[in-house]
Amino acid sequence: MDSIRTEGLSSSQREDLMDQVKQQIVIANTQELLTKMGEKCFSKCITKPGSSLDSSEQKCLAMCMDRYMDCWNLVSRTYTARLQREKNFQ
Amino acid sequence: MGWFFGDSSSDSPQTESHTSSFDENLSTDSGFSSFDTSSLSSGLDSSSIGSGGGKDSELQSFLMMEQQKAQMQAMIHKMNEVCWEVCVGAPGSRLDARTETCISNCVDRFIDSSLFITNRFAQLLAKSGGGM
Repeated sequence: MDSIRTEGLSSSQREDLMDQVKQQIVIANTQELLTKMGEKCFSKCITKPGSSLDSSEQKCLAMCMDRYMDCWNLVSRTYTARLQREKNFQ
Repeated sequence: MGWFFGDSSSDSPQTESHTSSFDENLSTDSGFSSFDTSSLSSGLDSSSIGSGGGKDSELQSFLMMEQQKAQMQAMIHKMNEVCWEVCVGAPGSRLDARTETCISNCVDRFIDSSLFITNRFAQLLAKSGGGM
């Protein structure tokens, strides 16, 4: 990564820059989550696309979203714990 | 990765909430923060970055750290996708214990597989390089 020329920035501008970067990352992360969740839940729940989403499809989508997020939380926890273990062994 | 985990107090504090009201999870900031690992580090303010050098090294360290976090996030998304396909059949009202075991095994085996493949590939490269 090339070095960044930021000498001219005041410290509040640096803070703003850092906040912006953090924001962008949160946004990107959320977009990724929503995209993936959309793909997975569509393929699980909408088997025969009709002219509208009926209530069973909507219920399935809602449940699927919750389960996907539960899964995400579990994966995140497990991954973090694993990284921590690897770090402790080094 | 030492400096990354130097900041994190514990495992990611995501809650295993079975809430079915997705508004709660998506519409508030706290909902977002349960899905990003910025909650892992104790926040940029309290971490000591670049205490020696000038402000630029602080920014560079910050950006490196964010990059690492983003890479972790990408990894988590990938594993989530794969393990969802493998472990979850029809979405139910909660993740049962078997599914949870499957998911956590899946994560560990995914990492083991990646490491195995990387190492063996390096060996294969070394072998073919030596044979030339």
